[in-house]
Amino acid sequence: MAGKKKLRIQDLAKIREKTKSLMTIREGEGRARVTVHMGTCGIAAGARDIMDALLDEISKAKVQDIIVTTSGCAGLCSAEPMATIELKNQPPVKYGDLTPEKIKKIFVQHILGGQMVTELVLAVGSETVY
Amino acid sequence: MKHYRAHLLVCAGTGCVSCGSFKIKEALEKEIKKRKLQDEVQVVATGCNGFCERGPIVLVQPDGIFYQLLTVEDVPLLVEEHLLKGRPVKKLMYVPPDEKQPVPKMKDIEFFKHQRLIVLRNRGRIDPEKIEEYIAFDGYEAMGKALAEMTPETIIAEISASGLRGRGGAGFPTGRKWAACAKEKRTPKYLICNGDEGDPGAFMDRSVLEADPHAVLEGMVIGAKAIGAVKGFIYIRHEYPLALKRVEIAIAQARDNGLLGEDILGAGFNFDLEIVEGAGAFVSGEETALIASVEGKIAMPRQRPPFPAQKGLWGLPTVINNVETWATVPNIIRRGADWFQGLGTESSKGTKIFSLVGKINNTGLVEVPMGITLRDVVFGIGGGIPKGREFKAVQIGGPSGGCLPAKLLDLPIDYESLTAAGAMMGSGGMIVMDDKTCMVDIAKYFLNFLQDESCGKCVSCREGTQRMWEIVRDITEGKGKESDLPLLEELAQVCKDASLCGLGQTAGNPILSTLQYFRHEFEAHILDKRCPAGVCTKLIRYVVLSEKCTGCLSCKKACPTEAITGSLKEVHSIIQTKCIKCGACQEACRFEAIESQRDEAIQVI
Repeated sequence: MAGKKKLRIQDLAKIREKTKSLMTIREGEGRARVTVHMGTCGIAAGARDIMDALLDEISKAKVQDIIVTTSGCAGLCSAEPMATIELKNQPPVKYGDLTPEKIKKIFVQHILGGQMVTELVLAVGSETVY
Repeated sequence: MKHYRAHLLVCAGTGCVSCGSFKIKEALEKEIKKRKLQDEVQVVATGCNGFCERGPIVLVQPDGIFYQLLTVEDVPLLVEEHLLKGRPVKKLMYVPPDEKQPVPKMKDIEFFKHQRLIVLRNRGRIDPEKIEEYIAFDGYEAMGKALAEMTPETIIAEISASGLRGRGGAGFPTGRKWAACAKEKRTPKYLICNGDEGDPGAFMDRSVLEADPHAVLEGMVIGAKAIGAVKGFIYIRHEYPLALKRVEIAIAQARDNGLLGEDILGAGFNFDLEIVEGAGAFVSGEETALIASVEGKIAMPRQRPPFPAQKGLWGLPTVINNVETWATVPNIIRRGADWFQGLGTESSKGTKIFSLVGKINNTGLVEVPMGITLRDVVFGIGGGIPKGREFKAVQIGGPSGGCLPAKLLDLPIDYESLTAAGAMMGSGGMIVMDDKTCMVDIAKYFLNFLQDESCGKCVSCREGTQRMWEIVRDITEGKGKESDLPLLEELAQVCKDASLCGLGQTAGNPILSTLQYFRHEFEAHILDKRCPAGVCTKLIRYVVLSEKCTGCLSCKKACPTEAITGSLKEVHSIIQTKCIKCGACQEACRFEAIESQRDEAIQVI
């Protein structure tokens, strides 16, 4: 917020850029969607730490168009905590047995870099829904 | 601002606020804190979403999930299920009438699907009390463009080319109005924003001011540059406290940031705004009356010409436009006249906001492209008539408008078509009526409103509206004569010919349009002394149908005058001399055993 400083025309674009990126989420769009599975099993296995680490990384990286949501149990409780990464126009990728360190690596390499962290991948694609 | 993974957009328009949306917001914040989600989830109060029927409303982004009819008790469940576990809560979602499955996403709901948002583009999306959120969605970009790159001539040319017409009712071309004022030599010049919204059931301007006040401010600065005005006034009636508050905040923020006042945006242009609180007289919506009111005089219209563009506020050149018109301006400057031209019909460009009220499933505020049919609005967006009843008429244009019958449902909504049909665009009030609405009663209601609101300056209006109301009142009481109808038509015509302002000139419209399309109802009241819709209390009586009555006592308990006799499991009956015809018994009866009889003539003393 500019406070008492009077804005110039070029300042408008700066504010727009800065604020807009924080608000793209209100349009329901982003380059990536990360779902942290937070069923009872996920929460018990430490999904909360995964979520914290992820949000932390996102704000440190100053990227704003990444949508983070939660969802229920993905059905493979033994592999919790789990997260699903969906990049635009790509099939969802599931990661299991996560730790804060692992999600950090996934964030940098997969979400930002677009390269799957193959050694941590649980599955690519999703179940068929009828 | 920081990055949140979810935004809860709580509707804080007046409709939702009155249903307790601030309490919902408080509860959400508390619950989110309890669940330690406060650094992940942001709660934002936004302007009116339009779907007032379903308030309080919360939209969860990025998922786009639409929750409705929320109570404080629903909040813990919503937070735990949706925000913590990521499971949208089905039971809080919208279920369309006659369907069983909820529609989770806002964009899939019929009510929202067919709308086209220009003026209301920021509704339900930004916090109207935060200027940076407005700027984030291209706010003040048009103003920057107008101040830095455009001349008054190019601004006026752009607005003229767009085909924008005044949204306050009469539909005068905005570009032409500005051009007339721009060529006046005398200074200082003024701008006024007319927010004196007075039509019964209309709340377009209020919602725009509440949801996106900066859009109005931005439009006015652009207008100021176009005509060379130094000062502007936003006239808002005092019954709109939330709108007043949000505009006040917006003006203060704009001043703080150098978007109002001296040397705006460093472009060397000076302009400032002031709020004028109106006392709420309907006639103040007329431009010359409003100007008188701003000057501190009694709100009475004067003769035109001279028009305000030549001789307005304190006798100086003034442009006065409606809230919606001002809020449209930045969009045209930002996106270009060609883009705006592409929306709407040949003579009516862009979109129009309507407040959809009355006997309709989806009460609320809608913005639709000009040229859409009445049917699409009433049945598509509005979801039709509640309880499957029959559509009878839609009243458009407020007290100056008219009632259009079912056979005109496919009429396109544009200035010319509506006027030709005997109604008018007006400011955008749309009241839907079903077969239980009596058209004579409706005419009586509007005439009563007008005779009450007439300022009394012109005899034709002061006495004419009074007399028309008396005649129609007598008709509803069974005292009508055959000669009443031609007399009403004559009075309406005199009122139109001899009154100074729009109020008087259109005061006959409620009568003329109802007579045009529903003459048979007037005749039924006059000749047969019956009210076909069963509304006019002097012409109906309530009776218990013995074959349907189960003797449940519900009606007896509901009756305020103890006019119903009978004990449990016995057929009840109504003592006509005690009955005040309030209809409470009929409402209370679950067996449709109480009928308002109207088919037989009732003798009226």
